[in-house]
Amino acid sequence: MDKTIEKQGVPLLEVRNLSVSFTQYQGLFGRTRLEAIKSLNVTVKKGEITAVIGSSGSGKSLLAHSILGLLPYNASSGGEILFQGSLLTEKRKKDLRGKEIVLVPQSVSYLDPLMKVGNQIRNGRNDQEWKEKEQAVLKRYGLGEETEQLYPFELSGGMARRILISTAVMGTPQLVIADEPTPGLHIEAAKRVLGHFREIADDGAGVLLITHDLELALEVADSIAVLYAGITVEEGRKEDFKDEKYLRHPYTKALYRAMPEHGFYSLPGNQPYAKDKIAGCPYRPRCPFAAEECKGSIQGRQLNGGYVRCVRAGEV
Amino acid sequence: MKREEKFPVLKKEGQWRAFGLFAGKQIVRMAALLFLVSIAAFFLLSISPVDPLKTNVGQAALGSMTDEQIAKLEQYWGVGVPMTERFLSWAGDLLRGDMGISLLYRRPVIQVIGEKLSNSLWLMAAAWLLSGTAGFLLGILAGKKRGGLLDRFVTGYSLVMASTPAFWIAMVLLMVFAVWLKILPVGFSIPVGMSAEEAGIGERIVHAILPAAALSLTGISNIALQTREKMVEVMESDYVLFARARGDSERSIVWRHGIRNVALPALTLQFASVSEIFGGSVLVEQVFSYPGLGQAAIAAGLGSDVPLLLGITIISAAIVFAGNTAASLLYGIVDPRIRRGGRKG
Repeated sequence: MDKTIEKQGVPLLEVRNLSVSFTQYQGLFGRTRLEAIKSLNVTVKKGEITAVIGSSGSGKSLLAHSILGLLPYNASSGGEILFQGSLLTEKRKKDLRGKEIVLVPQSVSYLDPLMKVGNQIRNGRNDQEWKEKEQAVLKRYGLGEETEQLYPFELSGGMARRILISTAVMGTPQLVIADEPTPGLHIEAAKRVLGHFREIADDGAGVLLITHDLELALEVADSIAVLYAGITVEEGRKEDFKDEKYLRHPYTKALYRAMPEHGFYSLPGNQPYAKDKIAGCPYRPRCPFAAEECKGSIQGRQLNGGYVRCVRAGEV
Repeated sequence: MKREEKFPVLKKEGQWRAFGLFAGKQIVRMAALLFLVSIAAFFLLSISPVDPLKTNVGQAALGSMTDEQIAKLEQYWGVGVPMTERFLSWAGDLLRGDMGISLLYRRPVIQVIGEKLSNSLWLMAAAWLLSGTAGFLLGILAGKKRGGLLDRFVTGYSLVMASTPAFWIAMVLLMVFAVWLKILPVGFSIPVGMSAEEAGIGERIVHAILPAAALSLTGISNIALQTREKMVEVMESDYVLFARARGDSERSIVWRHGIRNVALPALTLQFASVSEIFGGSVLVEQVFSYPGLGQAAIAAGLGSDVPLLLGITIISAAIVFAGNTAASLLYGIVDPRIRRGGRKG
């Protein structure tokens, strides 16, 4: 794995201080800005899977949409996204999406309900080359030839997931963004689906795996970015999750302890909503180590080969 | 009843049996509908205050007649015969395939209807096709970009038109194109003073333009608004978002996903809207003195021409029913979720 990093030099995808906010109208004249993502940092390397972990409401799906340039019209974003070392402008997003950068959406509702899935995998291209490619892809994912004649409503949950992955591997993408690919699947099927993403990464592409399931993500991911209330609180390697002492942020430690094999300990309280504006560290109200200095602005920093955004990290 | 239950057909085997069952059910439904409609029409006529003699012969003429003549006329118009008796004798004839003789036209009802219907059918078919295609296209264009200039224009137009009565539009068109600009005829289906045999197809078309325009202008709004609504929904759907993520252009999204998902509800609505075109045609034909089925219905109603009115009622109910049946059939054939729905649990 280390040799790919050395060879690359620059990471495939680098999201720096991304923020996404929505303008909401309140009453006749009132207008508020809702900051859904405040400061998001994540890096994806070629041939690796980076998992972005966050509970719902932490801004995970918006990350996918902003990389693809699919944010709704009332959204505005800041920070920068670098792809292959150069800035990903809106125009470049438009040119690259569907080719270099592909999305694997989360559910069957992302398929046109009135179109046969074969046509959707090929995205309308009907020439022999694409048909053969499609058959090869179906076969690769253990789907029969006749699958292409089915409509989305005829697919089971697992089949739908594999069809959605098929759409991604029809071309030769550099970056695959998987938005919550496992919910609704039983553990074996979920592991199989994640295995497909591992294969894609092993074939050389980078995979950004967006999920709320830390345990499943650890099965396949190489590095992990933890999101809390629209902020990346920690970025670390998969190995860091072998023991709590390697973890940097109190929230990550809490997530670690919430895993069944580490005690199933659940953390009291809730993640704040985007509209509750909390100065300083958003985790402060729930953090056992919260101190006066946590009320000020918190800068992210490197620590033990990873990234953390906590003033007390390392000392507690 | 849900559509799925209503249309369980096309599960490969037993497909024809299921279709037969569907057809049988529809026929029974239609018979029941026609029976109820004719009873209702008879009932309404029986409480109508119109005196057939006074309306059709005239007060002055009646005054100069002998009692004997009046009695003869009363017999002709069926005055004094109880409605139930008249209904039973009419229904008995109908079952034998005889719709009776029109009292006003003194010709078999079936002939009168055939003639009037062929005039109206032209008009209605033209208006139906025109409002359907124009409404569909406008709806797609409007819904493609919600809140855009085109959307605001189409929605505004549709809302104004939907709240405007067809006969008023008809009068405005008449004033502008026939009276002021004098480029289209004021009324009738053929030029004044020309017999039906002399009139060519061109003249008939020219005479049908204004009535058809009046009918379709108002008909557009319904289909346009519905199509727009559905199109907006499609453009905001997950699958369109995914299509964008795959780099599809907006144009290709409209073609590949928009039209496919919008066409079905639009088509169904269009077939179900036959009744509206029918209703609108009665008023519009009246404004343009267009000798169609609508005008004949008004004449028959005001003139107590019971056989003709009932004949028209039955025929129009049957046509509207056929439109609705076509709508549900189409759904079953076109929508894979219903066509194949039975395969999986």
